[in-house]
Amino acid sequence: MSTRGLTPSQTVGPFFAFGLPWPGGPYAVPEGTPGAVWLRGRVLDGAGDPVSDALIETWQADPQGRYAVGGFRGFARCPTNADGRWAILTVKPGAVPGPGGTTQAPHVAMSVFARGLLNRVVTRVYFPDEVDANAADTVLISVADPVLRATLVAGAVEGAYIFDIRLQGEGETVFLAI
Amino acid sequence: MGDIAGYRRDTDGVHPPLASPGYASTRLRAPCRTPLMIPHTLTEVTGPALGERDFSALDADLTRQHGGEPLGERIIVHGRVLDSNGRPIPHTLVEVWQANAAGRYAHDLDRHPAPLDPNFTGAGRCLTDAEGRYGFVTIRPGAYPWKNHHNAWRPAHIHFSLLGRAFVQRIVTQMYFPGDPLFGQDPIFNSVRDPVARDRMVAAFDLDATEPEWALAYRFDIVLRGREATPFEDPEEDE
Ligand SMILES: [Fe+2]
Repeated sequence: MSTRGLTPSQTVGPFFAFGLPWPGGPYAVPEGTPGAVWLRGRVLDGAGDPVSDALIETWQADPQGRYAVGGFRGFARCPTNADGRWAILTVKPGAVPGPGGTTQAPHVAMSVFARGLLNRVVTRVYFPDEVDANAADTVLISVADPVLRATLVAGAVEGAYIFDIRLQGEGETVFLAI
Repeated sequence: MGDIAGYRRDTDGVHPPLASPGYASTRLRAPCRTPLMIPHTLTEVTGPALGERDFSALDADLTRQHGGEPLGERIIVHGRVLDSNGRPIPHTLVEVWQANAAGRYAHDLDRHPAPLDPNFTGAGRCLTDAEGRYGFVTIRPGAYPWKNHHNAWRPAHIHFSLLGRAFVQRIVTQMYFPGDPLFGQDPIFNSVRDPVARDRMVAAFDLDATEPEWALAYRFDIVLRGREATPFEDPEEDE
């Protein structure tokens, strides 16, 4: 089968703020949804400085581990602020089917766009209260170094999960080729 | 459930390397480590279907968002969103944003001393139709200087964001105009190393789609990743 060449990626640039974000963007679920929790963090560059012009997008299953069913949007989009902070309101996803009959630990897929990123970078957010499921997750298992693996697991505080993204250098987040 | 037919990987190296030092902002932002290759699971092959219910308005005419007509050359930008197997991607979100005719963005941090246009914001959204077609009416954006290197100018471009139907298909790109004399000095355009791939970011002037006495037209087709063919699933019967 002949295939068409892909359209190449380009950077989102510094001026997407009036084009891509929208008021409902950060809400993967509506406010007041039972079990709603904030997932938030910072984006930092290779010097440890906040990235104030990044855009975070998330995609996830519902609490039963189903994608895009029953009006569950499962998608959120949030630009970072001057401190490099972003936040989305969501619910913790359920476990979802994985390759070869396995089960994947609950996770949120994430894209990061920014000036200076010529293509998005992709990662996953896993949950700290899923120790057993995380230990059996094929993606997490494939990150042999526990220090690197830890970059894929959110921290937890009262009412929120915290997930910082370090684009480069010290503590660099594990990014995924999909 | 059985294993999933994945999507084609970018084996041709179409996309620009994240570390492209000619583009200064990559230096502290491009990750150092090679990304970890993972298989495509349900997470990667599904994706959001944003549409009318998610936005207060979808607006594909950027020339009618204010009280008056924006300054500049009115243009139609249209095309199809296809996958790499040649199949149209219907009902998917296409988002655009751009500078005005003078090369100035409606953004607080744009310091280019060119005039803002009170009749032009420069952002629009639409969904592709059942055949993957989309279209916008806008004005031709101006080139603008940036501080990447001495006397650096971005070729005129419209930023495009495509959601696709699967998380793996998500892409943000830029559409350029044919024959722009600024291509040669632009590290963002040239971050795409394959000249054939680079040309796919350049719209084609489309005389047939112009509206006489009203607007010139450009055609920009966008190709997102398609499914791998597998012995178990004929991709022609997919969806
Ligand atoms: Fe731009």
